[in-house]
Amino acid sequence: MAINAAHPAVQKLRTGISSLDIIAKGGLPKNRTTLISGTAGSGKTVFAVHFLAAGIELGEPGVFVTFEEAADDIRKNMRSFGWDLAQWEKDGKLAFVDASPDPHIDSVEAGGFDLGALVARVENAVRKVKATRVAVDSLGAVFSQFSDQAMVRSELFRISAALKAMGVTAVLTAERTDDHGPVARFGVEEFIADNVMILRNALEAETRRRTIEILKFRGCDHQKGEYPFTIVPHGGVIVIPLSAMQLSMKSSDVRISSGNPALDEMSGGGFFRDSVTLVSGATGTGKTLTVAQFLQGGVAEGEKCLLLAFEESRDQLVRNAKGWGFDFETMEREGLLKVVCDYPDVQGLEDWLVTIQAIIKDFKPKRVALDSLSALENVGTAKAFREFVIGLTSFIKHQEITGMFTSTTASLMGGDSITESHISTLTDSIILLRYVEMFGDMKRGLTVLKMRGSWHDKAIREFTIDKGGMQMGRAFRNVTGILSGSPVHVSPSDIERVWRQFDADVDRRQADSEAKKADS
Amino acid sequence: MTGTSARSSTAIANLQRLCENELKGQYELEIVDVLQQPQRAEDEKILATPTLIKQLPLPLRRVIGDLSDKEKVLLGLAVHAQSPGAVIPPAA
Repeated sequence: MAINAAHPAVQKLRTGISSLDIIAKGGLPKNRTTLISGTAGSGKTVFAVHFLAAGIELGEPGVFVTFEEAADDIRKNMRSFGWDLAQWEKDGKLAFVDASPDPHIDSVEAGGFDLGALVARVENAVRKVKATRVAVDSLGAVFSQFSDQAMVRSELFRISAALKAMGVTAVLTAERTDDHGPVARFGVEEFIADNVMILRNALEAETRRRTIEILKFRGCDHQKGEYPFTIVPHGGVIVIPLSAMQLSMKSSDVRISSGNPALDEMSGGGFFRDSVTLVSGATGTGKTLTVAQFLQGGVAEGEKCLLLAFEESRDQLVRNAKGWGFDFETMEREGLLKVVCDYPDVQGLEDWLVTIQAIIKDFKPKRVALDSLSALENVGTAKAFREFVIGLTSFIKHQEITGMFTSTTASLMGGDSITESHISTLTDSIILLRYVEMFGDMKRGLTVLKMRGSWHDKAIREFTIDKGGMQMGRAFRNVTGILSGSPVHVSPSDIERVWRQFDADVDRRQADSEAKKADS
Repeated sequence: MTGTSARSSTAIANLQRLCENELKGQYELEIVDVLQQPQRAEDEKILATPTLIKQLPLPLRRVIGDLSDKEKVLLGLAVHAQSPGAVIPPAA
């Protein structure tokens, strides 16, 4: 084939696995073979089938060459993903080349041979369905069927050359023995090393975490590093592309009510439409209340609201909300509120992210509250948790949804939580709720610590909770050290002195500048 | 076998010689070129070429390679009936 100097760089084939296309910057290199390497159970076969299934949905027929599992087993296993391989075969959109070992066939090797028949079968299948995609699963299994490894290696090279010659885009899976070792067993990367992707299924802190990494795409660009992914029923492989979605967020200056007029006032007129607020405080300081009034505020304006509750059961929530004067049951009946309660441990964080995204896409709420992030924190590693928060934050911002997350601080008085230090930079606003001990009484304090792009009240205000919800009171003027968790009472005379000093400074500065003006 | 490759020709020659010497008049041989008839390779689930399939008498047996190792071929086909008293090897 003549090489045209003006020929554009390697083209990409949009795989149809949308999240993969993001990290692959457009898709897999077209008309080339990509090696998918991973340990046992890392999702290679699912990936290979998903690649073909996504193609078939785009009208691109495919061929699946299996060396490992029998074609019948694959047909059966893939039903749970919603892929009806048998139907596609009937429709002439998919062909199997079943090269899995058959226990009923005895064969003896007597003299030299090659895999010419296999090559002929693959070519035949590609011609038959006019395939543009081929998946081969897995290379390692071919080696175990024959004793002459050098022959197998050179024959696999021949197959990969034949695939290239036929102009198909192919994925070839290969095993590796550990998650961070050599690319693949049997040195297969030596002959198909143009494009390598690695699937990992690492065990971290007793939880399994799947990641996908594009190691190299010869001649074209891709996102670097490991990206978490998950495999879900009726979805297949879903990659969670973090860096790709972070920086393209819109910004809205529309204000919405927090559900509490006093809190709206403190935050300069309400939260921004696409902002995410973190409500942090010790247990019992009123986090769930803040969430409930946030949802109530949405419902009052006819907006759909979603509550993801990981700490309390539905009944508890409904009862507590009733105590504050919010009727969750009626709101749900009217279709304006959806409450999802579940144990955080039922699935991994990647799966939670996918689940929550699916709920949001389905329900299309304008407000989403999650109570609490701290409950999810222990489900995965710190890294996985951070990725979850990044993923969720950017997702809801993209949808122009207002978010509110809560986080529980470990100590009763002040202090901060790990959750907070992990995610405070990801949220737009932070509201702190604190206990304040005053003369033998526990009082509650609230302050707007941060509010991106807006003026906000800097005072720490006292609030009480009654049947009408949160009642904002005066600022704590004669107490200092509330945030650090060691409130100290300051006598009113001291305060007066400090303020007088401050006023005196201001007066002097004013006098100075006036004097300067007079001079000039 | 595949086309007119050297290996295929060797295999055919080896097989014909073996049949003439050991099974004269008792065999029927069909040669399939998988380049011409790939579907037959698909139906038989054949990967390697050349492959010899013994269909009758049962059991079904396969020998892959150019059949240059005569002893192995006979062992594999379990038709070593010429030498009296020979034991038919059990299925591997």
